[in-house]
Amino acid sequence: MVKKVLNFLQVGVLATSSYVTSIVVLLIIIFLFNEGAGVFTKSLLEEGFVIAVNKSNKLNAISPKDIKNIFDQKITNWKQIGGDDNAITLFSIDELPNFYTEEEIGSDFEYMDTCINNYIANHPNVLAYFPERNVAKNFQGKMIKVGTLGVFEFVKGKEWLPTARPVAQLGILPLLLGTLMVSLGAILLALPFGLVTAIYMAEIAHPVARKVLRPIIELLAGIPSVVYGFFGLIIVVPIVQKVFSLDVGETALAGSIVLAIMALPTIISIAEDAIRNVPNNMREASLALGATQWQTIRSVVIPYSKSGIMTGAILGIGRAIGETMAVLMVTGNASNMPTTFLQPVRTIPATIAAELGETANGGLHYSALFALGCILFLATMALNLYVQLALKKRNR
Amino acid sequence: MAQIETKNVDFYYGAVQALRNINLPIEHNTVTAFIGPSGCGKSTLLRLFNRMNDLIDGCRLDGSVEINGQNIYGKGVNVEELRKQVGMVFQKPNPFPKSIFENVAYGLRVNGVKSKSEIEDRVEASLIRSALWTEVKDKLNRSALQLSGGQQQRLCIARALAVEPSILLMDEPASALDPISTSKIEELIFELKKNFTIVIVTHSMQQAGRVSDKTAFFYMGEMVEYDSTTNIFTNPKQERTLNYVTGRFG
Repeated sequence: MVKKVLNFLQVGVLATSSYVTSIVVLLIIIFLFNEGAGVFTKSLLEEGFVIAVNKSNKLNAISPKDIKNIFDQKITNWKQIGGDDNAITLFSIDELPNFYTEEEIGSDFEYMDTCINNYIANHPNVLAYFPERNVAKNFQGKMIKVGTLGVFEFVKGKEWLPTARPVAQLGILPLLLGTLMVSLGAILLALPFGLVTAIYMAEIAHPVARKVLRPIIELLAGIPSVVYGFFGLIIVVPIVQKVFSLDVGETALAGSIVLAIMALPTIISIAEDAIRNVPNNMREASLALGATQWQTIRSVVIPYSKSGIMTGAILGIGRAIGETMAVLMVTGNASNMPTTFLQPVRTIPATIAAELGETANGGLHYSALFALGCILFLATMALNLYVQLALKKRNR
Repeated sequence: MAQIETKNVDFYYGAVQALRNINLPIEHNTVTAFIGPSGCGKSTLLRLFNRMNDLIDGCRLDGSVEINGQNIYGKGVNVEELRKQVGMVFQKPNPFPKSIFENVAYGLRVNGVKSKSEIEDRVEASLIRSALWTEVKDKLNRSALQLSGGQQQRLCIARALAVEPSILLMDEPASALDPISTSKIEELIFELKKNFTIVIVTHSMQQAGRVSDKTAFFYMGEMVEYDSTTNIFTNPKQERTLNYVTGRFG
């Protein structure tokens, strides 16, 4: 009887802990996506501010992009965005003293609301940008709706200016490209070195040499990433700067080099295992036909372990894509569109790490960073899924 | 002159002596069977003939192994050239995970044969010789792994024949196969004897009796007796041989 209860309890504890773990993981993912979705529902206008026009204006809503262009003076006439053919008069609260005297505004700004109201009422072509608390009670203008961010604009937008006024620019294309460039560069650098090392250790090295090499390479995986970043900043960045005679050495290339070193242990150990798993009778069959060791490696061993080598490479990329600290320290973090490897770039994880501290909890910027996190999660999940499918296929 | 001749061969895996003072001449175009209980050294000896044991760390050979009068363990011997002369078929069929055609062509390609038509001709000839051609001629581009075990083993024989060796070593070539496949391999050995010197390691006394001209019996790393197959099975000189071939031990 006691034994039965005890057994039941043991099973209960084991089951509970595994269910709790799974539920926590699911909750974290739900939290991530829930917060991230906010970026598509929140207004892009700076919080606490409004945009208004004269009542006679036909327009009721203006897209965030058009507002930015108007304030950048790229759009100067209402007809460019579907209004009447009149030049746009921009008005923001800082300019109030240019139009009204101190007496009219009042010594304590008590008549400021009225002044803004009058200004908008008297200027038919105005586009006014001012704080919500300065909206007069008998406001005679018309509030303009600023649209929300579309998924398409989010992914395709070329500007990442989350704190821009009056509307934030949340285009993640430069960050996406930055991440892809750094990761791709890393894998292009790491794969040849990793493969050569794995082949040497699995096929050629004396067992003693292998016993020395393998722990050293595995040690690489244990170095904290901030140390890699430090190493990159002190050694790699100046070298890149010197070799390519650049103004700044903090570039995508520097990030790729540091990430390549970090991805090497993963690639080497997985590729080496794959190569060692090639049945010996494959090697014997090849050698017995008069093939040299190199021919055997090239024509039999590598093709046979191809999927394992690919797995190593993809897990290496997965690590590179998610890596934050080291990349943050060496890539320069400029969020402009990258065109070459010799430019500063900013990756998605680095953006999140660098900016999350300055955002208001629950604000637009905050949601945007969570949305970036979602994209990162989806990317690494896709890579992991691919690896698992590939492994399954190989085991069959 | 014997085609293969071992002289005073001692062979060690590290500290363990696997072969003791083997002196064995093997004639041209004969089938020689190596029999004996597991661990007696028969496979080790076979793998000395194409230096396959080189792959094992810490092994050592004393004495000499001569093929066509040349010591293959002497200085300046090209191991790849040797292995082209001495083909090998393994216990478990081990085709490459490539197409049937590429399996047979592999040996030609690694040996520098570039001409497409020559490769095609030799692949076909090898498959005909290994009695596999009629079964696979319509599916040469299929994966070799789709063939049955017996077909795979004949493919491995074809692969070995394609490089045109003069000696063919077979390490228990039928032990992983069913009786029908086994009899096909045995017929094939009988056929190949006309052009090749064949050395076969086998656990099956019946097989040795059926296919071989001469038989060597090994026990604990020593060659106990070497004689014509008929004598070994019907009139052995050594008592240990008699006990083994009559199934009293082993």
